[in-house]
Amino acid sequence: MLAIFVKRILLAIPVIIAVASITFFLVKLAPGGPFDSDKPPSPEVLKNLNKAYNLDASNWEQYVEYMSKLVQGDLGPSYTHVGRPVTELIAGGLPVTFELALYAILIALSLGIFSGVLAALKRNTLFDFIPMAIAMIGICVPTFLMGPLLVLIFGINLQILPVSGWGEIPGDKILPSLTLGFAYAAYIARLSRGGMLEVLNQDFIRTARAKGLTERMVVIKHAMQGGLIPVVAFLGPAIAGLLAGSFVVETVFNIPGIGQMYVKAALNRDYTMILGTTIFFSTMIVLFNLLSDLLALWLNPRSRDVS
Amino acid sequence: MNNSLWSDAIHRLTRNKAAMLSGFILILLIIAAALAPWVTPYGYEEMDFNNMTATPPSSDHLLGTDTQGRDLLTRILYGARVSLLVGFVATGVALIIGVSWGIIAGYAGGKVDQIMMRIVDILYGLPFIIFIILLMVVFGSNLWLLFAAIGAVEWLTMARIVRAQVIGLKNQEFVLAAKAMGVSNLSLFRRHLLPNILGPIAVYATLTIPQVMLLESFLSFLGLGIQPPMSSWGSLINDGVQYMEEFSWLLIYPGITFTITLFALNFFGDGLRDALDPKTSDN
Repeated sequence: MLAIFVKRILLAIPVIIAVASITFFLVKLAPGGPFDSDKPPSPEVLKNLNKAYNLDASNWEQYVEYMSKLVQGDLGPSYTHVGRPVTELIAGGLPVTFELALYAILIALSLGIFSGVLAALKRNTLFDFIPMAIAMIGICVPTFLMGPLLVLIFGINLQILPVSGWGEIPGDKILPSLTLGFAYAAYIARLSRGGMLEVLNQDFIRTARAKGLTERMVVIKHAMQGGLIPVVAFLGPAIAGLLAGSFVVETVFNIPGIGQMYVKAALNRDYTMILGTTIFFSTMIVLFNLLSDLLALWLNPRSRDVS
Repeated sequence: MNNSLWSDAIHRLTRNKAAMLSGFILILLIIAAALAPWVTPYGYEEMDFNNMTATPPSSDHLLGTDTQGRDLLTRILYGARVSLLVGFVATGVALIIGVSWGIIAGYAGGKVDQIMMRIVDILYGLPFIIFIILLMVVFGSNLWLLFAAIGAVEWLTMARIVRAQVIGLKNQEFVLAAKAMGVSNLSLFRRHLLPNILGPIAVYATLTIPQVMLLESFLSFLGLGIQPPMSSWGSLINDGVQYMEEFSWLLIYPGITFTITLFALNFFGDGLRDALDPKTSDN
């Protein structure tokens, strides 16, 4: 078990380094310099700018410099937010995105597991059909459509919830969190229903019932432990998805998190910002995938024995 | 090819009402998109200055017009062309890479298999959406690059599915018999392995198409995919969001079209899976 853990963690390090390197050279391939604009600066100014940002060095030298700074947690200066380092910008937006993602994942987990387990227990009744139909909607309606539709209904027509912002007016956190959480609630509901159905037919559940445990105990103590492993395994990819979802939700609701920052940097071609955020996101995703894999491994007694 | 399997499957599929309705909707949509220049009298960039933001249903424009007087139905149909084309081409790319990768890994086994699947594992952990965005930023939003990039992402699961199938098949008697008769590797793949894994491949391919379309529209929504004046469903929804307070139909009609299409693709894929593999239809 420990050997697998160590092996997986060690494997993640070269992956992160490779991602950072590929990103660096991809961005270097981009046509045009960071200071190209409608009014190009005079050659001297351009030369000084390039010198100031160390862009006159060879790609290889720049790479070595970038990577050695990266190890120290320095992602370089932003090209469009003059005078502000990328690390500072990310640190500014991170708490907002983190809070949004946290609410979304809480909504997704509570709503998803509750309706999934209920659907599995009350199979082929309305408690099964209705949540699963709603889950199908959650899966088929993309976040970038769900968000605006919720705004249209609750913000513009009913006028009961604020349509944008984050932490400015009371209640403005509800719609973004719901939008982001809903799609994942749908996936989690389907996964936990499937997982529970599989577990509920197994012998140890019959044994637990035969021992005279209450149905409540059977479900909570025995069935859910095994039935929810697919949900745990899904959490890693879900966090990666939440990140992409935060690009959309933060853009739609005008929330000053790193998702919106990233999309703006991509549209404005702020290359250092793109480079920095890409490396940051990739590291986060690799780490969360690793974490959820390890958690699923640890929860599954069968894989515990193998090692 | 096992004829009874396929005729059984078709029989089961035709009895699945949701799947048949979905298939019908999809065929209708594909025909309308393919024949868009003949279905609608307007061009996708054509502006009708007398009918700016015409409220649907107006006599000239069934679904109204946008803020520049462009016919919304026309733009949805041309958007369908882009979305469907991305869906099919990128899925095709994913199929070619994934199936070859999976067959080789599963058939070769041993070290080759280990290395190939380890590569798949590592790629699985990577943030591909961010990489696609990066590619779009670096090389500009080129439609063919978009196809290739999305296809290059979606092949991973296909490779895993195909590999598992091949491993299950390769030690069965009919494959051993074919080998004993000296059939070459290539025709062994083509005549004996491929027909037997066609079912799972078909199912997964139909379920990949909506994923791919979502990815494309996601990028176009953010302004990183299809560029104006060309329309895609993602960019139409983005336009709709900007004007939804006054002209809500600009959001609603593209949204409905997109959702119905995704529903149809998912139901058809589920129906196909149930038809080809009745065992899994329970959950």
